[in-house]
Amino acid sequence: MKILIPTPLRQYAAKNHAVDVPAKTVGEALSSLTSQYSDLRRHLYTDDGQLRAFVNVYLNDEDIRYLQKENTPVRDNDTLSIVPSIAGGCCRGGCCCCPR
Amino acid sequence: MATVVENVQPVTLSNEEVLRYSRHLIMPEVGMEGQLKLKAAKVLCIGAGGLGSPLAMYLAAAGVGTLGIVDFDVVDFTNLQRQIIHATEDVGRKKLESAEESIKGINPFVNVLKFETRLTSENALSILRDFDVVVDGTDNFPTRYLVNDACVLAGKPNVYGSIFRFEGQASVLATKEGPCYRCWYPEPPPPGLVPSCAEGGVLGILPGLVGVIQATETVKLILGKGEPLIGRVLLVDALGMRFRELKLRKNPDCPVCGTHPTITGLIDYQEFCGIRGEEAPVTTKVPEIQPEELKQRLDAGEDIFILDVREPHEYQICNLNGYLIPLGDLPKRVHELDSSREIVAHCRSGVRSAKAVDFLRQAGFRKVKNLAGGVLAWSDRVDPKLPRY
Repeated sequence: MKILIPTPLRQYAAKNHAVDVPAKTVGEALSSLTSQYSDLRRHLYTDDGQLRAFVNVYLNDEDIRYLQKENTPVRDNDTLSIVPSIAGGCCRGGCCCCPR
Repeated sequence: MATVVENVQPVTLSNEEVLRYSRHLIMPEVGMEGQLKLKAAKVLCIGAGGLGSPLAMYLAAAGVGTLGIVDFDVVDFTNLQRQIIHATEDVGRKKLESAEESIKGINPFVNVLKFETRLTSENALSILRDFDVVVDGTDNFPTRYLVNDACVLAGKPNVYGSIFRFEGQASVLATKEGPCYRCWYPEPPPPGLVPSCAEGGVLGILPGLVGVIQATETVKLILGKGEPLIGRVLLVDALGMRFRELKLRKNPDCPVCGTHPTITGLIDYQEFCGIRGEEAPVTTKVPEIQPEELKQRLDAGEDIFILDVREPHEYQICNLNGYLIPLGDLPKRVHELDSSREIVAHCRSGVRSAKAVDFLRQAGFRKVKNLAGGVLAWSDRVDPKLPRY
């Protein structure tokens, strides 16, 4: 299945905007993704393995929190979208080098 | 869908306004009835920047009767690439004044209410109270959550838009039946997990796209026509020119808009976003050298290794002939540096390079300093021919 990588996280996924992974569930797909790109892990998961509250994952157009979360079954032609919160402006708030 | 305008008073249109809005009036979806709703409507635009610019201009053109604008900032030269409500001659001027002038130039019939203040927990509810719709054009998480909560508490729809580089999001939040921002993102990212500055910048046109989507949604809410982005998120990918839609569900357990809300008043949003009480930035803890001193010592022929920790595309804008190792690559390229030499690290404004110096000192480098203020300070105080960016 295809996982779409949002702009803020592409720097941790070798600048890819989409990654193909074999998987039967959402959890397997994300696990495969973070095995390939270990820098992504801390941006997607807390230290105790929970998906971060400011990153949402969608199976096609549905939020997995309203499906079976990481146990949601997936098919080869499904698309997983990772959608982190963004605040607008040229950088997120608290950034250092941007004009402010 | 009913209009969100509370008081469609017996407003009328003058002959001049009829001519001005004729292309609206001859459309059944707007007509005289719709145009009167637009004239009676009061919209609060939070921010007169990238998103606020096209938003306010199009709402003015559409004939929204009252536009409130909240902004405490001054027009900066770097804003002009995207904040099209401001012109070159407005640099240095208050954004509110510049915005008002542009709005009146487009449509003198618009009543502009200016709020030259930062939106806070103390003033938000009283500012929002007299408006029908709130449009969020801000650029930081604390204000996003503040606007959301205030809209839910005050019962005002929040026409949301946000951008990052070349991607955007738009939705209509905080309606009675629909979700709010916290249903979508219960918590903000902690400051330590924001993307690096090197990945900053924004495609100037992007807030234009998203801001006009927000203006469109606002007009639809006022007219009570069409299908607003309630319970839906529009994702915009400007580079691929792809628009995708995701479902956004109302969370019955949402602390602010759910069936048993636990947040019934505005909170400290800086604290909520983990910004208050943050450690002092690394800049205050590493050894520094001022641009004047570095210049003096280089001119005197001293052997100083200049390490540039910016990104390659920044090096192309301007550089001090330094050795380029982007900050993100430093850990794996540290062996290229000679710890026996005196090293001065620099970046654009001195913050990334401070992190580099901190890293190198922890790696055992003893003769490394940070160029205070970076190339910006160098351009300011040593070599004005160096372009600032």
